[in-house]
Amino acid sequence: MNKFTIIGKSEKKIDSLSLATGASKFVDDFDLDDPIYLALLYSPYAHAEIVNIDDSQARRLPGVVDVFYYKNVKPILHTTAGQGFPEPSPYDTVLFDTKMRFVGDRVAMVAAESRDIAAEALKLIKVEYKVLEPLFDPEKAMTAGAPILHGPDRFTPIGAKYEPDKNLAAEVEIGFGDLKKGEKEADFIIDQAYKAHYGSHCAQEPHAAISYFDEMGRLVVVSTTQVPFHVRRIVSKVCEFPLSKIRVIKPRIGGGFGGKQEVFLEQLVALTSIKHKRPAKIVLSRKEVFQNSRTRHPIRVRLRTGVKNDGEITFLEMDSLLNSGAYGTHALTVLSNCGAKVLPLFNKIENLHFLGRSVYTNLPVGGAYRGYGATQGYFALNQQLDMIARKLDVDLLDYIKKNHIRVGETSQVFKALGEGKEGITQYINSCKLDECIDIGAREIGWYEKRGKRIANGDKVRGLGCAVAMQGSGIPLVDMGAAYMKINDDGSFNLDIGATDIGTGSDTILAQIVAEVLGVSLEKIIVLSSDTDRTPFDVGAYASSTTYVSGGAVKKCAEKIREQILDVAAKMLATEKSNLELAGGQVKNLINGKSITLGEIAEYALYSENQFQIQAGASQFVEQSPPPFIAQFVEIEVDKRTGKVDVLKFVSAVDCGQAINPQLAEGQVDGAVVNGICYALTEQYKFSANGNLLTKHFRDYKIWTAADMPEIKSIVVESYEASGPFGAKSVAEIGINCPMPAIANAIYDAVGVRLFEAPFTPAKVYREMKRAGKL
Amino acid sequence: MKIEFVLNEKKQVIQVDPVSRLLDILREDFELTSVKEGCGEGECGACVVLMDGKAVNSCLIPAGNIEGRHILTLEGFCKTERYKIIEESFLKAGSVQCGFCTPGIVMSTESLLRENPQPNDNEIRDALSGNLCRCTGYNMIFEGIKLAAERGKGLW
Repeated sequence: MNKFTIIGKSEKKIDSLSLATGASKFVDDFDLDDPIYLALLYSPYAHAEIVNIDDSQARRLPGVVDVFYYKNVKPILHTTAGQGFPEPSPYDTVLFDTKMRFVGDRVAMVAAESRDIAAEALKLIKVEYKVLEPLFDPEKAMTAGAPILHGPDRFTPIGAKYEPDKNLAAEVEIGFGDLKKGEKEADFIIDQAYKAHYGSHCAQEPHAAISYFDEMGRLVVVSTTQVPFHVRRIVSKVCEFPLSKIRVIKPRIGGGFGGKQEVFLEQLVALTSIKHKRPAKIVLSRKEVFQNSRTRHPIRVRLRTGVKNDGEITFLEMDSLLNSGAYGTHALTVLSNCGAKVLPLFNKIENLHFLGRSVYTNLPVGGAYRGYGATQGYFALNQQLDMIARKLDVDLLDYIKKNHIRVGETSQVFKALGEGKEGITQYINSCKLDECIDIGAREIGWYEKRGKRIANGDKVRGLGCAVAMQGSGIPLVDMGAAYMKINDDGSFNLDIGATDIGTGSDTILAQIVAEVLGVSLEKIIVLSSDTDRTPFDVGAYASSTTYVSGGAVKKCAEKIREQILDVAAKMLATEKSNLELAGGQVKNLINGKSITLGEIAEYALYSENQFQIQAGASQFVEQSPPPFIAQFVEIEVDKRTGKVDVLKFVSAVDCGQAINPQLAEGQVDGAVVNGICYALTEQYKFSANGNLLTKHFRDYKIWTAADMPEIKSIVVESYEASGPFGAKSVAEIGINCPMPAIANAIYDAVGVRLFEAPFTPAKVYREMKRAGKL
Repeated sequence: MKIEFVLNEKKQVIQVDPVSRLLDILREDFELTSVKEGCGEGECGACVVLMDGKAVNSCLIPAGNIEGRHILTLEGFCKTERYKIIEESFLKAGSVQCGFCTPGIVMSTESLLRENPQPNDNEIRDALSGNLCRCTGYNMIFEGIKLAAERGKGLW
């Protein structure tokens, strides 16, 4: 039974009407007065020194305003990672460098009167390169004699381990117990390496940024960002322009998935506007998004586990090698999460060791991507669990249930491993993973179909399952804030730094306020993500908005509530304790007399001792309660071709109290499909010299409506006491298990294991052939 | 070159380079920004408009090809009763997340329902196969279209 009025209801997204009519403005839709268009020249070499650039011909082209490159742009070391300050990512980037570190690294930028002129001018820039030996294999990055990408001037602002002279972008090591003891106790050991690959976010809106000076002479930056406040800070630093003179606005955003947690275009428009006192604009092409923006970090995870015949895991050793690409953005934190978000799930293991290394290579740059390292870690762990359960001859689901973390329990990993630094001890307050497993198993028909290898001609069916947890924000790091005031008619302004990138966070934050104040959703006027008009928020990442920003919003609304009741008590000449706030009015429970919120607002604003009913609140969290998920897949493998077809995919997720179940399911649906495509068809392919070959949707296959199997996402509600109205996060978790679940299903169907993703027909066929399973 | 065409029910005469893209003409000359550019290569469907009632990727249509044609964008379509049905159904079903692909999907839906007012699941999937969406996983879009076909019986 729902004890809430508006929480737990699938209210329509408050911006959906203007989105549906096409009236909403995205960055590229803003009308600029006489803008300068920007275009970038990229390195054709994976590793090279620029000996000289001659821009004279380009500058002579009519309509060219400027050419920016290393000779005329100050090299200020920074990171493009849109993270809290000081960022845990190394400062290894300058706007225009003399060294090129991947095919697609920035050589120069043209500013011109039109896009066509800018594109034409790019061809006129003469660049002299000294080509260097490239480094493509992350396994060789730290070997003696390997090409070195970054010089000794690079550094990490948080003082984490960082050794550019060894191509080491980050390293994390934790452990407890005694591995040797665990090895001795084990009846068998499984030692396996897994490889998760590059991925592109494929937000349908390409990255874009515009900037202009407003009538007060302040620089306004409008960009496709998940992190407006980090944009303001980083632009100020890189452009050496006072932060107080910069205003960053996030309009509607066409999807982010982590790709827009990167601050790499805003500096360019700002630089141009500052220098030329004119509006500037850049919109990336899809090709540029694939090659020159950010990707999912490929990670090789080696997992060693010792197991007793009774099922006890006596030790676990995880060795993760993250390919950071040319720059170290998010290299430390994604690496940490590969262990930190994965290892606590099986908390009974007493002897554990995690070693993670992120290395530079001359390949595209990694970054934040939904799942953030957990996706790569769970790919390894869930296959390993399936192998263990099969070896023990026990049901995988029973085995998971016996070993996963439970309410009241903790894991030593929480404390040992945070996001790039030590974490914090956490106890689990809410976990319905068992229910998720049971519901999902029923929906997929686990006990009827698992291991049956139902054949249909050359096609064989199989079932797979995988489980995961994630977090809800970054404890001790993330902060979100909210500001509210009442208006004459009893409506409320809600100003939040939180960043709706299409997820519906504006809506669910408004629902939280509406619940606290007993009003309908229409009474809440939401303004989000404007650094001049809204309070701070770290932004949309780490599955933080519902839990962290939602906490701020709830606190803020509660302060407003108290002020409303104070005024009402005076107006009704009674004690606050006699009052009830509901349905847009305050009622005196003694005599039944009531007044509307509009009357209360008018009284406060106009009658006596006038004041504004208003409040601000911040939420800083010391916990990150994990949501849990069980995901199941039924597939069919064509033994003639190796092609894997997904027939049905089921997710059952415990995200605490879903504030808006439809939006929660939508998050899971979207994450699942992204995860399935990542497992089967999405792939970065490179030429021998490091050039990306898959730069179009026709080569980098994300699924269309016609490819869709049956997808079912089920919200299994629990109650997280520390979250707003019991809520935890839901945005990222759904992407963690499609890949391992499908891998486990392939084994169930045809008896081969795919340790290297994606599972293309060729790979599956080759494995079947090698194992004699054809 | 001079080109005459009908845009959102209004006759237009423009002077334009015949190889310029319909997408740019719509967005820049007519400020019809519901038409989005997601890839510029005819692969994502964010720029879908109707040309003589059929869904086309406006990024692939050179200006020279629109001579004498009827072009309908969401700005024109959203004034119709049929649009209202699609809108209500999409909002109810949760078909809109980030909304960037939505205008193209609405236009593809209109094109589908014009040809086939009661499509089955496979027909919906086929009709939508030119519109990429990364947010929703398509489920709630299918639901929205089914609901529109149901609620708008007799309109198409």
